[in-house]
Amino acid sequence: MGLNLLALGSSRLPSVIRAAAVQGMVLGVLPLLMETKFHWMVGLVSVGTVVVKGFVIPGLLRRALRAASIDREVEPLLGFIPSLLLGAGATIGAVALGNALPLRPEHANLLLVPGAFATVVSGFLLLMGRAKAIAQVCGYLILENGIYLFGLLLITTTPLVVEAGILLDLTVAVFVIGIIVDRIQREFDTLDTRKLNTLRE
Amino acid sequence: MKELALILIPLAASGAAFAWPSERTRPWLLPAVGAVHVVLALTLLVTPPPLVPGAWFGFDPLARATLPAVSLLFLVCAAYAVAYLKLRSERRNRVFVAALLAMLGLLSLAMQSQHLGLLWVAAEAATLTTVPLLHFNGTARAFEATWKYLLIGGTGIALSLLGSFCLGYASLHGGGAGDLTFAALAAQGAALTRPWLLAAWVLLLTGYGTKMGLAPMHTWKPDAYGEAPAIVGAVLAGGMTTMAFVAVLRVKQVLDAAGAGEMTSRTLLVLGLFSMIVAALFLLGTPDFKRMLAYSSVEHMGILAVGAALGGAGMAAALFHVWNNSLTKGALFLSAGNLRRAAGGRTVNEVAGMAWRAPMSSRILVVGLLAITACPPFGPFFSELRIVRTALETSHGTAAALFLGCLLLAFFGMTRLVFAIVDGRPRTATRATGDHLRETAGTIVPPLVFLGCSLWLGLATPSLLRETWNVAASLLAPAP
Repeated sequence: MGLNLLALGSSRLPSVIRAAAVQGMVLGVLPLLMETKFHWMVGLVSVGTVVVKGFVIPGLLRRALRAASIDREVEPLLGFIPSLLLGAGATIGAVALGNALPLRPEHANLLLVPGAFATVVSGFLLLMGRAKAIAQVCGYLILENGIYLFGLLLITTTPLVVEAGILLDLTVAVFVIGIIVDRIQREFDTLDTRKLNTLRE
Repeated sequence: MKELALILIPLAASGAAFAWPSERTRPWLLPAVGAVHVVLALTLLVTPPPLVPGAWFGFDPLARATLPAVSLLFLVCAAYAVAYLKLRSERRNRVFVAALLAMLGLLSLAMQSQHLGLLWVAAEAATLTTVPLLHFNGTARAFEATWKYLLIGGTGIALSLLGSFCLGYASLHGGGAGDLTFAALAAQGAALTRPWLLAAWVLLLTGYGTKMGLAPMHTWKPDAYGEAPAIVGAVLAGGMTTMAFVAVLRVKQVLDAAGAGEMTSRTLLVLGLFSMIVAALFLLGTPDFKRMLAYSSVEHMGILAVGAALGGAGMAAALFHVWNNSLTKGALFLSAGNLRRAAGGRTVNEVAGMAWRAPMSSRILVVGLLAITACPPFGPFFSELRIVRTALETSHGTAAALFLGCLLLAFFGMTRLVFAIVDGRPRTATRATGDHLRETAGTIVPPLVFLGCSLWLGLATPSLLRETWNVAASLLAPAP
């Protein structure tokens, strides 16, 4: 959850990407820590998550960043301090919400649910509050991380084929986003999404 | 076996299209696969296969009531695509053809899937395949539309994943064994944990509602439909949205079994009416005739939601409307695409006198306009009439009044725009572009076929289809 706040408070894009990457890797290792006995499919999904979320996607984003030669989010739509405060507020709210919702006894003390909700909200804040396309993609990644964290509650019961499908879809999604970012950069010569304003009523 | 072929044949053909060497002959794969798909879908419609209990996908009554419409829509659009891609031979069509075929396969999978997770995977994958279709034109405006589509659609689909997890947890907490097929979830009924169930409904309705384009999650639609080629608009407006509607219905079925039917119906009704109001107001104002079609699509999604919310006869009418919407929209999109190419512009300020420039397409657009705004004897008139009748019978008087008012406003808005571009004298700029945009049989026959289908659905609704809708509706919304 500290990583959420780092992503919200940081103005430098590389550190936002790093926050999302580290978060992804922690997520990948979590199922191994939660399971009492080792199952090879869980191990496979876990390794897949670490590689994809920790290395492949951040690598793609860094490449896009170099191509666009930008480093900072200079004028966010939502200031850094307000977004930090909102993020902290969301974390407190998520803990309260997690206590209010009925949980199975083995999940009650895990902080998984509050963590997931706080991460989802932080992702949303980044998605809405930033003007640079890459920061928005990071927001989307953090949002997905939060959802994935929530999905860990179900990892023992959902079939792993579905789990793998979800992971695959997310990867392709980010790939596609990356390609579009690249095209936008070439077409408009900027990654500032505020310039994307010709289509309106 | 056939239901699996519905999914695998388009996906395999998509791979083949990717490897196909010739730019000129590749588009012919589209109608070929479309024809096979239609034959398979119609065979399944006539002789539905037995359902395997516990299977992850199958041709159940709901798929039977909706999938053939999407299949027909795809075939006719595919025939148009051959002529269209010939006109646009300056752009490579490898990715376009492959993505269109993959989308058909994934839509078939999503509409047949009986498993919460599988439905999500298929829906998300189908969303991703549309991305290369949207920026086919390669203009700055097209990229802007694609970016907005990706962000809004991606967030919507992420929310529906969160909703799926919530529904899964509701089942787990209620003592379920982790079987996430819709039948198993519905069988759990009231044992599903209430707070998680409500969270799941809100998130799933927002998520799949974004895909459907219900207001206020509709904002991607005008951009995407305005910038994408006509075929893509038609397949999105008739196929993708239908798939999302089916997804909402499947989730609603689980919620209804858990005793939350009243709440789901009310939210759907409110969202549907709100979509209709928003769409009607925007239709009165927009100057762009391709964006007009997008708002009309939002309006019709609202109609579907209202019909589904009324349950029983309303649900059957909504399924009828799925067919009407898909096929009539096809005629509008394709003829509007013709006009757009002939005119070189898209707003009332740039385009006029199209009756003179492209007489056939203009006629089709006007007739299509009458069909979609529910003039008898076209299909939409009958399905909307049935929805209004159900609303009055179930004492939803205010809803019926709002419904009719929005239809009237939409009619004003659309006729204003269509006659503004069809009538009058052509602008000098467009007159100068010469005669190279002649209307060919390849671009005129497909929209005419759509109009014919719409007329046929209105005048002589096949009793087989009617029975299919009633069976699906009675399963989805058991009469109180």
